[in-house]
Amino acid sequence: TFFQVTSVSLFIAEVYTPREVNTDGSIAAEDLNERQWQSTDVEVDRSDGTKDSESFTAAAARDQFQEELVIRPLHSGDIYASFQFRTLWDIDFLQERQKVSHYRLFPKSLGQVLSKFSVRELHISFTQGFWRTMQWGQPFIPSPPGAELWVWFHDTVSDVDGNWKELTNVLSGIFCASLNFIDLTNTVQPSASFKPLGLGNATDHRFLRYATLPREIVCTENLTPWKKLLPCGSKAGLSVLLKSEKLFHSSFHSQAVHIRPVCQDEQCTSKAWELRQTLNVVFDLYTSSQGKKEWSLFKMFSRTLTEACPLATSSKIYVDITDNPELFELNPVTPLLSQAVVLGDRRTYSVFDLTRAETFGQLCSLNLLLRDMLRPLLHAERYVAGFGLQTGEIHTVIYNNHPYRAFPVLLMDSVPWYLQLYIHTLTVTSKSRDNKPSYIHYQPAKDRHRPHLLEMLIQLPPHSMTEVTVQFERALLKWTEYTPDPNHGFYVGSSVVSALVPSMVAMNTNFTQDQPLFSSFVPVKEESSYFVRVYTEPLLVNLPTPDFSMPYNVICLTCTVVAVGYGSFYNLLTRTFQVDEPSLPLEKRLANLIRRIRGVPLLA
Amino acid sequence: MGLFMQHLCEPDTLCHHFLMVCYLAAIVWFMGLAFEPFTLRTYMSENAMGSTMVEERFSSGERALSLAKEFDAHKRKAGGMPMEWLVKAMQARGLEVFTQSFSRKLPFPDENKERYMVRGTNVYGILRAPRAPRTEALVITAPCSPGNSNNQAVGLLLALAQYFRNQIFWAKDIIFLVNEHDLIGMQAWLEGYHHTNITGYSPLQGRAGSIQAALSLELSSDVITSLDLILEGLNGQLPNLDLANLFYAFCQKLGVLCTIQGKLQRNDWDTAEGYTHAAQTMMLMVLKQACGRSWGDHGLFLRYHIEAASIRGINGFRHYKMDVATIGRLLEGMVRKLNNLLERLHQSYFFYLLPSLSRFVSIGYYMPAFGLLAVILLLRALDLWVNLGAPALEAVDGVTEAEQPSGPGVLTVLTPVVISHLTGVALYLLPVHLQEMAVEHFPVSETEAVVLTAVAIYTAGLALPHNTQRLLSGEGTEQGWKVLKLTALLYLAVLLGCTALINFSLGFILAVTLVPITASMTPHMPKALSALAMVLLSPAFTILYCVFIYQELIEAPVSVSEGWMLFLSVISQGILDHALYGSLVYPLLALFIYPCWLMFWNILFWS
Repeated sequence: TFFQVTSVSLFIAEVYTPREVNTDGSIAAEDLNERQWQSTDVEVDRSDGTKDSESFTAAAARDQFQEELVIRPLHSGDIYASFQFRTLWDIDFLQERQKVSHYRLFPKSLGQVLSKFSVRELHISFTQGFWRTMQWGQPFIPSPPGAELWVWFHDTVSDVDGNWKELTNVLSGIFCASLNFIDLTNTVQPSASFKPLGLGNATDHRFLRYATLPREIVCTENLTPWKKLLPCGSKAGLSVLLKSEKLFHSSFHSQAVHIRPVCQDEQCTSKAWELRQTLNVVFDLYTSSQGKKEWSLFKMFSRTLTEACPLATSSKIYVDITDNPELFELNPVTPLLSQAVVLGDRRTYSVFDLTRAETFGQLCSLNLLLRDMLRPLLHAERYVAGFGLQTGEIHTVIYNNHPYRAFPVLLMDSVPWYLQLYIHTLTVTSKSRDNKPSYIHYQPAKDRHRPHLLEMLIQLPPHSMTEVTVQFERALLKWTEYTPDPNHGFYVGSSVVSALVPSMVAMNTNFTQDQPLFSSFVPVKEESSYFVRVYTEPLLVNLPTPDFSMPYNVICLTCTVVAVGYGSFYNLLTRTFQVDEPSLPLEKRLANLIRRIRGVPLLA
Repeated sequence: MGLFMQHLCEPDTLCHHFLMVCYLAAIVWFMGLAFEPFTLRTYMSENAMGSTMVEERFSSGERALSLAKEFDAHKRKAGGMPMEWLVKAMQARGLEVFTQSFSRKLPFPDENKERYMVRGTNVYGILRAPRAPRTEALVITAPCSPGNSNNQAVGLLLALAQYFRNQIFWAKDIIFLVNEHDLIGMQAWLEGYHHTNITGYSPLQGRAGSIQAALSLELSSDVITSLDLILEGLNGQLPNLDLANLFYAFCQKLGVLCTIQGKLQRNDWDTAEGYTHAAQTMMLMVLKQACGRSWGDHGLFLRYHIEAASIRGINGFRHYKMDVATIGRLLEGMVRKLNNLLERLHQSYFFYLLPSLSRFVSIGYYMPAFGLLAVILLLRALDLWVNLGAPALEAVDGVTEAEQPSGPGVLTVLTPVVISHLTGVALYLLPVHLQEMAVEHFPVSETEAVVLTAVAIYTAGLALPHNTQRLLSGEGTEQGWKVLKLTALLYLAVLLGCTALINFSLGFILAVTLVPITASMTPHMPKALSALAMVLLSPAFTILYCVFIYQELIEAPVSVSEGWMLFLSVISQGILDHALYGSLVYPLLALFIYPCWLMFWNILFWS
């Protein structure tokens, strides 16, 4: 069976582990057995006795792999499926300054990138579609349409821009994406909006780089390399469900990779690298099932689950049953229930633990009904106002739907240089009154070198709509700077609204291992509020575009006229014509020399 | 050269004949544009819409009709836009639904449509394309009209929304809009969507990025015999020709009879009837374009660089009828092709005239007709210029000449120019602002008051020359009228040239009437006869002729008194269009063309 094959390959891998040989000297057969237990059933392993497992964890690297799928029926009638795969790599090469050549669960391609470019934290996301906050609520991990990349470099790096350039090119290769189009003209260094999510509080934003490619199209060629980073690939476990023909037959698709340093344990004695691979997808029940509100794993993914990934320490499926459980019919029924407070909302989940054999019975299939939804507390949208091709106005509208609490948000806008912002026209109005931002960080653009960066801290009054407007003028590009399809328009990336939103229920601030992955991505520091990041839609702006067919004709015609007419005239006018005596070949000249000596008439 | 020009452009000289030939050539050239061998066949320029033929599957015509009935019932019950029902109907079809309420007060009551204080609601639903980042959108609109009309359009709109919602291939969001109070609602929606404040602002919630194209649907019967395509928009703007090509291609594919200007295409171009038919179609387009109003709900989109057209179902007396499902398939095909677009429609022509749906006249072909007319003005101006520059030569030739020490003062020219323009400003401002006073003193309605004030001011302007002369010290000199005429000629040439670039039809019609009389105007002509000719060729009479020609062309001839009433309503519509939608024809005529004409009127009465 497949399971045995993996365990054998695992065994082979570990024979050659230098560490293991160093500490143990040899490998005991019982250890191997233990490991098989470990990878299939955690419960048994724990009950077996702590001594063995401890010796095991001390012996091998304490790498861990967890997988998780959250299914949440949305109020609009759609189904939101969120995968998270978390790999922990127990090593701190930045501290130890050593070459790492052994990789167990952590993908080698990424590990090498981390060490080569001294990356402290890396977040990359590829998204096709727009998360409809008003219909779907908040996503577990937000991301803007297109590609987004933000990286914190270690503070020992001297040439950050050079590293960034190389890193984007390498990542472009790894993920088969156009990340190599990231250059200085679309990179910014936000001063406040993107703080590191992992250990350490770096505050010097010189080591931060942020870039988006709103035009990036995400498809199967990005999914395949992403799947290859998983320890089980797409062979076993939850990743079996990741079939591209279904994932891309959806309303929203987003895949991401987040790498950051985290604490290895509760006391935080040692650091570890955490790799989170997330994939969020929203299936449109309306189009796929002809009006019947019914779904199952097979209907969504055209696959069913048969086993957990053998390398995973935990493998779970959570189904959100908070909304009116009597309207749901979940099959098979699971006794396990879990409560978690996510994004300021206490929700109940049915848990299916794939590491238990009894879970595999029937598939999930449940019927659900529509219900009115709560408005999301924070929500933002953006559009271009005006007409004509000379000027325009960017409007960003941020809604605070909290009934009685005001809270501050950080708004970050990165606008390409060819929209020349008139920053003196910047206005922020809430409830038709001027709302002065308490912090403004503005870096003007340099033509063809860097984009505008605008960051503001705005206080949103309760239950209000805040409108941020700024006028711009459209630049006339050089004719080689136009894209091949200039009449399509030029993209402006999403603006980012980051906020600590006051929570309706108390948040759990304890850091424990038992928390589901989806609720533990952004560490919660306070009980009363939670962190939310909202992306607005990208903008498509038309720039004044010349008629490219006309210059083309003119250039062709002019070149022909110049080449044929002027060229030949110039030739005729400047050239002097002389009758040229052909010089005799060498043998004739020799013959003539002899003839001259002999006194015979010369040859012609 | 100077000598040559100076002598030759007097009456009965070669130059004079040359100018006459220019004028006739312009007319002949223009009429020749409708002759089929001189025109080009239309072709699809946009690659994204060309070879990828789509398969149309829309079949729920019955559902569309039942929805239309339901809509009708709710419309009657609500006495206007059945907002709640429409919102529910759209939500049930899986759209994101938003409403926009607006209110407008017209400057004076619109007697044609019987409205003054307008209050209404637009309802629109957005079909979000899967995996698209809300950057591009298409719009399909149907008006919610009073009475029985356009119910089928709304029904078809909802049926299409339901069908489109189940498809996976959309790359652009699709906005289904039902607008109340036709153009006023459309204007409010467009201003709200683009947050522009041209005439008044009503905020709007949901958006879907930049709109790439829009189709407006008008359908008032369950079966139709033909579909009419309407292209003329505000200020004579036209959508890209590819949109018309797209419509024509699908009409051909589905075997739907299609018309433009309500006229079917004929194949007998070589007969006199065939040519007349094409010429009539083209003339109708020229007249419609020249009047600068929006001839369908699509017309207001064009300002925002959104290609748009109206499609109107006509139920005539033909034997062959088509059902709603066929129109649905046609729209489905068009929307799917537009959905395939990678760039905005830009490949084909934006400036064209259509003698039929399959033939077009591009800007390169029709512009010479205008150019020939403009040449007359410029040659006349050149002649005057040379004349003014060589007064000595004139004396030698013994032409009558007033003794004068220096050139005419700036004042001689400036005074008539300023006074004519002030009259223009009065014509532009006073009718609307004086309506209350007029209603108080005369037994007329507000609309009549506005129009009659305009006519009165226009007529009063004719008395200007005497007043102008009184302001001037001393008599006008020979030099004086020449300088004034030179200024006026150049002014008119620039005005007409700019107008023709933006709206060819308007520029050409004005040039045809204004050029002959202005080019030959001197104070030495017989006063009464010239004055009559000038009045008969003045801008107001041009509008009157256009009204009669238009009525003749749409085969609804009117009597003189009916024509006069129509003329008055055209003027009131022109003023309303300017106030409501920002149409520029009325200010152009009042502020520029009429003062320019007055300057020539001044020359005629130069003493």
